[in-house]
Amino acid sequence: MISKTQIPEDKVIVARDLTKKFGNFTAVDHLSFEVGKGEIFGFLGANGAGKTTAMRMLCGLSKQTSGEAWVAGYDIARETEKIKRCIGYMSQKFALYEDLKVWENIRLYAGIYGVPEKDIAGRTDDLLKRLGFEAEKQALVKSLPLGWKQKLAFSVAIFHEPKIVFLDEPTGGVDPAVRRQFWELIYQAADRGITVFVTTHYMDEAEYCNRVSIMVDGHIEALDTPNNLKQQLEAKNMDDVFHQLARKAKRTEQ
Amino acid sequence: MVIKYLIEKEFKQFGRNPFLSKFVFIFPFVMLSILPLAANFEVKDLNLAVIDNNHSSYSRRLVQKIAASRYFHLTGVPSSYRQALKNIEQDQSDMILEIPPSFEQDLIREKNARVMISANAVNGMKGGLGSAYLAGILAEYNAEIRQELLPSAVSSSQTGLEVSKLFRFNPLLDYKFMMVPAIMVMLITMICGFLPAFNIVSEKEAGTIEQMNVTPVSKFSLILSKLIPYWVVGFVVLTICFGVAWLFYGLWPKGSLLTIYLFASVFVLAFSGLGLIVSNYAKTLQQAMFMVFFIVITFIFMSGLYTPVDNMPQWGQYISDISPLKYFLRVMRLVYLKGSSTADLIKPFLALCTFAVVFNTWAVLSYRKSQ
Repeated sequence: MISKTQIPEDKVIVARDLTKKFGNFTAVDHLSFEVGKGEIFGFLGANGAGKTTAMRMLCGLSKQTSGEAWVAGYDIARETEKIKRCIGYMSQKFALYEDLKVWENIRLYAGIYGVPEKDIAGRTDDLLKRLGFEAEKQALVKSLPLGWKQKLAFSVAIFHEPKIVFLDEPTGGVDPAVRRQFWELIYQAADRGITVFVTTHYMDEAEYCNRVSIMVDGHIEALDTPNNLKQQLEAKNMDDVFHQLARKAKRTEQ
Repeated sequence: MVIKYLIEKEFKQFGRNPFLSKFVFIFPFVMLSILPLAANFEVKDLNLAVIDNNHSSYSRRLVQKIAASRYFHLTGVPSSYRQALKNIEQDQSDMILEIPPSFEQDLIREKNARVMISANAVNGMKGGLGSAYLAGILAEYNAEIRQELLPSAVSSSQTGLEVSKLFRFNPLLDYKFMMVPAIMVMLITMICGFLPAFNIVSEKEAGTIEQMNVTPVSKFSLILSKLIPYWVVGFVVLTICFGVAWLFYGLWPKGSLLTIYLFASVFVLAFSGLGLIVSNYAKTLQQAMFMVFFIVITFIFMSGLYTPVDNMPQWGQYISDISPLKYFLRVMRLVYLKGSSTADLIKPFLALCTFAVVFNTWAVLSYRKSQ
């Protein structure tokens, strides 16, 4: 057991032996890592490696089987609701309301996170201007192309200025140009001091992260800066790093 | 207030669902205009075959009396019981009346004669009511004959018991008047039971509920935000029902509208709560649909909507006690036809309140923000 006082000030996520079992299947196996404040932390791994499960535990959507973790200084087992006030989350599956307009989705989540009502309209306009979405303010979300939806979902996830934002494959299925724009948004958020915890399949994106962890079969196989990993494994790029490590996987793709 | 944003969202979504928002208005019209006319328990035009083995003036008089009634059609006079049964098998007649050869003799000599009624009970309601009507005509005939044959006996020992019937609160015993309030209950049950159940489940399927679950929104607010819109919809539907019942059947509640609204508000809360419980346990729309269907059908049949609760076996009556429909149905009929006031209906009111509290507490507790 670690107590609150033992968590280093500058660490916003601390996981110790975090484990999740579904029946006999251990999806996440004794995961231990730390994420520093303001970091862009890449969470890499093949399909079925346990990335999403680990992220869902940290967000309070799933209860751990054993081990412990602290997010923004709160225990994920006992202080879930407090954690939820300090985090933003963007799931793998687009989860804004398709039958609501762009501004209505923003207003809904701003209201839920307690942004004062008088500020919502102004901040919504600012956000839409930054994204270049002014013309789409009144559009139903279902009419937007996927790339725009993802940018909107990310913006909604950080609208309430959380301490940490969790992004589960945020750029899945979008074109390279939009992916680039998306990462610019991530950098802007990180500059404002928001810690970014992101899973991805794209190894070029891994290069954009401050540090990356590579998950294989439910546990972390490697964790370091992209440059250090490349040097250690004598790989020319992250793709190479990933292939060398992921080759050890015994689990078949699910 | 977080709940304000959530309710706002529910209403916007409801309004934007072109099917649902129209359906809520069309549904009451269609159901109230068609069902009360179809759900009629009165049995008319029964096909009767008479086997007259006696061929006397007395037997002919009996047959004429029966044929004169508006309930029976004389479809044939077969010569034997076997032939008459064949008629039933071919669906040409529903009932058989057999008059024995010694009918007149027995009647005059022994002042007592027997006839036999056989009814096709494939449709139990038709068979049962048909025999009862026929027995009624026979009893009338019996009284007439007695008076003729034994004038003294009638005046002295056999004064007879004359029963006069008076149908209170529904003088013409019109089934429509009984069915209209019941169909209103059914309508509200379906709209307020099905819609909330499907609401949360479809959010589960769309994945939007997960985005909601990572927010600090409380379970209570979330459930309340799902309840309130259907509560409002329930009121709208009820109001439309009042209008349709008045327009089509000239039926207006004898009691106060406020009494009905009061009971409806508690009933809707209770039943929507039940719908939400289902949606918490169901993972897919299909599961939710099946569960709600099962619950609603069971409750409708156990509520006394079609058959009186008192006719049910004891265990059936116990089950009907846990159906909120039973109480609301009773209240609707009483207020509509008899004009009962809230003060007369304290018991069903308390029962409905209990359901509302239990179901909604259960709904909040069974909602899981994490797995």
